[in-house]
Amino acid sequence: MSTNTSALSEAAATRPLTLRLHEWVTTVDHKRIGMLYILYALVFLVVGGIEAAIMRLQLIRPNNDLVSPQVFNQMFTMHGTTMIFFVAMPLVFGFANYLVPLMIGARDMAFPRLNAFSFWMTALGGLFLYFSFLGGDGLYGGGGAPDVGWFAYAPLTAKTFSVGHSTDFWTLSLLVSGIGSVGTAINIIATILCMRCPGMTLGRMPLLAWLNLTMAGLVILAVSPLTAAQLMLLIDRYLGGHFFDTQGGGSAVIWMHFFWIFGHPEVYVLVIPAFAFASEMIPVFSRKAIFGYPVMVLATVAIGFISMSVWAHHMFTVGMTSGANTFFVLSTMAISVPTGIKIFNWLATMWGGKIRFATPMLFCVGFLFQFLIGGLTGVTLAVAPFDWHLGNSYYLVAHFHYVIVGAILFAAFAAFYYWFPKASGKMCSEALGKLHFWLFLIGFHLTFDFMHIPGLLGMPRRIYTYESGRGWDIWNLIVTIGVVFQAAGILVFVANLILSYLRGKAAGNDPWDAWTLEWATSSPPPSYNFAVIPAVRSRRPLWDLKHPEDPDWRYE
Amino acid sequence: MYCLITAEAAIFTIFVVAYLFYIGKSVTGPKPNDVLHAPVFYSVCLLASSLTIHAAVRKLVAGNMAAFARLWLLTIVLGGTFLYGTAREWAHLIVDEGLTVSTNLFGTTYYSLVGLHAFHVTVGLMALIIVALFYFAAQLRREHTERLEILSMYWHFVDAVWAVVFTVVYVIGV
Repeated sequence: MSTNTSALSEAAATRPLTLRLHEWVTTVDHKRIGMLYILYALVFLVVGGIEAAIMRLQLIRPNNDLVSPQVFNQMFTMHGTTMIFFVAMPLVFGFANYLVPLMIGARDMAFPRLNAFSFWMTALGGLFLYFSFLGGDGLYGGGGAPDVGWFAYAPLTAKTFSVGHSTDFWTLSLLVSGIGSVGTAINIIATILCMRCPGMTLGRMPLLAWLNLTMAGLVILAVSPLTAAQLMLLIDRYLGGHFFDTQGGGSAVIWMHFFWIFGHPEVYVLVIPAFAFASEMIPVFSRKAIFGYPVMVLATVAIGFISMSVWAHHMFTVGMTSGANTFFVLSTMAISVPTGIKIFNWLATMWGGKIRFATPMLFCVGFLFQFLIGGLTGVTLAVAPFDWHLGNSYYLVAHFHYVIVGAILFAAFAAFYYWFPKASGKMCSEALGKLHFWLFLIGFHLTFDFMHIPGLLGMPRRIYTYESGRGWDIWNLIVTIGVVFQAAGILVFVANLILSYLRGKAAGNDPWDAWTLEWATSSPPPSYNFAVIPAVRSRRPLWDLKHPEDPDWRYE
Repeated sequence: MYCLITAEAAIFTIFVVAYLFYIGKSVTGPKPNDVLHAPVFYSVCLLASSLTIHAAVRKLVAGNMAAFARLWLLTIVLGGTFLYGTAREWAHLIVDEGLTVSTNLFGTTYYSLVGLHAFHVTVGLMALIIVALFYFAAQLRREHTERLEILSMYWHFVDAVWAVVFTVVYVIGV
C-alpha cells in the first residue's frame, strides 16, 4: 500500500474490516510494525501488572493465603519474563522501528520483510508463553506456567526437579522471541549504517539513532548467549546431557554465568533507548541543544562495552573467588562513571534553558530523578559485602524496579506523549496526561521507595508469605497500596490514548517546535515518509530551516 | 551478514567456553584421548571449500559462468564430504565406543559443539545447493554477484568456526 494513511481512512468506510486487518497483519512498513510492537507491549504491560498485583495482594499481610505457593511461583516467574521480554523489549524495538528511519531521513528499514518476521516471532513467543497456563493441569490445577524464576536457575530446571513442561514453555518461548530480537537488531544496524540521508554523517545523527545503534550491537552480543544456554538446557532435559548436572560433573553455576552474560547487557538494552528518549526530549523542552553531544555518544558506547564485563555482580552470593568478586565490583563501579556523565549532561542541557513542563517533560524529569536514585542503590549493591546481605532481598527488588519502572517506563511514557501526535496526528490531552503522571508518580514512590525498607530488614524475595513480628508488615501494606495508584495511572493513560486518538486536537507536523527530521513530514507520515529525501547540514536540520539567519552548521 | 555472523559467533563462543571448562571433568566414560582421531582429511576438505567458493565468485565477477559452476559444485562436494566425514566419525563413536550425548560431560559437550557446527554447515550447504539449482534453471546472472559474495561470507564463517572447534576439540582437549 503506498497511499497516505489519511486517504486510507477516507476510504475506510467502504473498505471491509477484514481487508484492513489483513493489511496490518501483512505489513512491512516500519511505522506499522513499530505500532504493532508498541500495542503488543501495552497489552502485556497490563497482564504483567495484574500478575504483580496478585503478588502484592498475597503479600499485603503476613500468613496470607490468597494464592498457593505454586501459583505465587508462577506469578513472579511470569511477571518477570513478561515484563522484560514481552513489554520492555517490544517497547524498545517498537519505538526504534518507528523512529529510526524517520529520524535519519530514510523511507523504511533496511530489511522490511525481516522486520515483519522479527515482530511476528516475538509475538508468537509471547503467545506461546501464555499458552502455558492452559498446559499441565489446565486452569484447574493452576496451569503449567513457568515457575522457576525469570532466570530459570539450574538445577531447578533439570528434568528431575521440574517434571512438567513449565520450564520448556519458558525456554522455547524465549528462544523464539530471541530470534526476533536478533533480526530486529540486524535491521537497526544495517539501516543506521547504510541508509542515512545525504549530509547526515554519523556525527550529525540524532542521539536516538546513536543510542539505538549501541542497543542493537548489545542485542547481537547478548541474546546469543541466552540462546546458547537455552539450547544446552534443552539438551540436558531431553537428550540426557550433563551441562548443568552436578552429579554428572556439570555445573549449575555455569548456567548463572551464561544467563547473566545475557542478563546484564539485556538491562542496558532496555535502558539505553530510555536514555535516547530523554536525549531527544530534554533539549526540546529546555529550548537548548543537547549539552556535549560527542561525550554523550562516547559515554553510551563505553556503557555498551563495560556492560559486557559486569555480569557476575548478580552472583556475588554464589561463592566465587575473592579475585573474581573484586573484578566485578570494580567493573560495576566503573560503569557508573559514563552513566553519571550522561546525567550531568542532561542537567547541563536544562541549566539556563527555558523549560516547558508539558507532559513529556514531566515524565523526563521523573526519569532523571528516579534513574539517579536507582543507579545509586545499584552502586551500593556493587559493593560485594553489602550485596551479601541485600542480594535477593526486597532491597534488590526495589533497586531494579526503580530503574526499570522509574527510569525506563517513565521515559517510555514521555516518549508516548511526545511522539503520539506524530504517529496519530492528534494531540494528547494535557490534563489527562498530568493526571496520569501524578497518579503514577505517587503510586511508584509509595511502592518502590518503601520497598527498600523490608529489604534492609531482611525480607527475601520470591517468598509467598512471611511471619508477623519481623517488622515487615506495615511496609508490605504501604507497598501494596501503591499498586492501586499505579493501576489508576495506567487506566488514565490508556483512556488518554483512546480518547485522544478519537477526539484529540489536530497536531500538525511539528507541535513541539522540535528539530529532528521526523517533524519535517506530516502527522501521521505518509507510508513513504518523505516526498523528497532531505539533505542535512547539521544535527538540528529543522532549526536550520526555521532559523536560516542563525543555522547550526555555522557552529558545529 | 556481518551482524548475523557476530551473533552466531557469540553462540559458538558459549559452547566453546563450556567445552573448555568441562575438559577433564567427566566423572566416567570414554575420554577424548581414547576415542578421538583428528579428522584431518575432512577438515582439509572443508577449509579447501572456502578457497573454491572464493574462486567461484571471482569467476562469476569475470562472467565465466562455466568455471563458476564447476567451482561452486566443487564447493558443495567438499562441504558434503565434510559432513560425510562427521557422520562416519559419529557412527564410530556411538556404535563402537559407546559415546553418546548422555554418556558423560565429554559426550555432551562434544556432540553439542560439533553438532551445532555441522548444523550450520548443513544450512549453508542447502543454500549453496539452492544457488546451484538456480544456475541450472538458467536464472543465475552476473548481477547476482553481490548476493553470492554475502553467502560466501557465511561459508567462510562456518569454516573459521571449524578451525576453532578443531583446535579446541582435537588439539587442546586431547
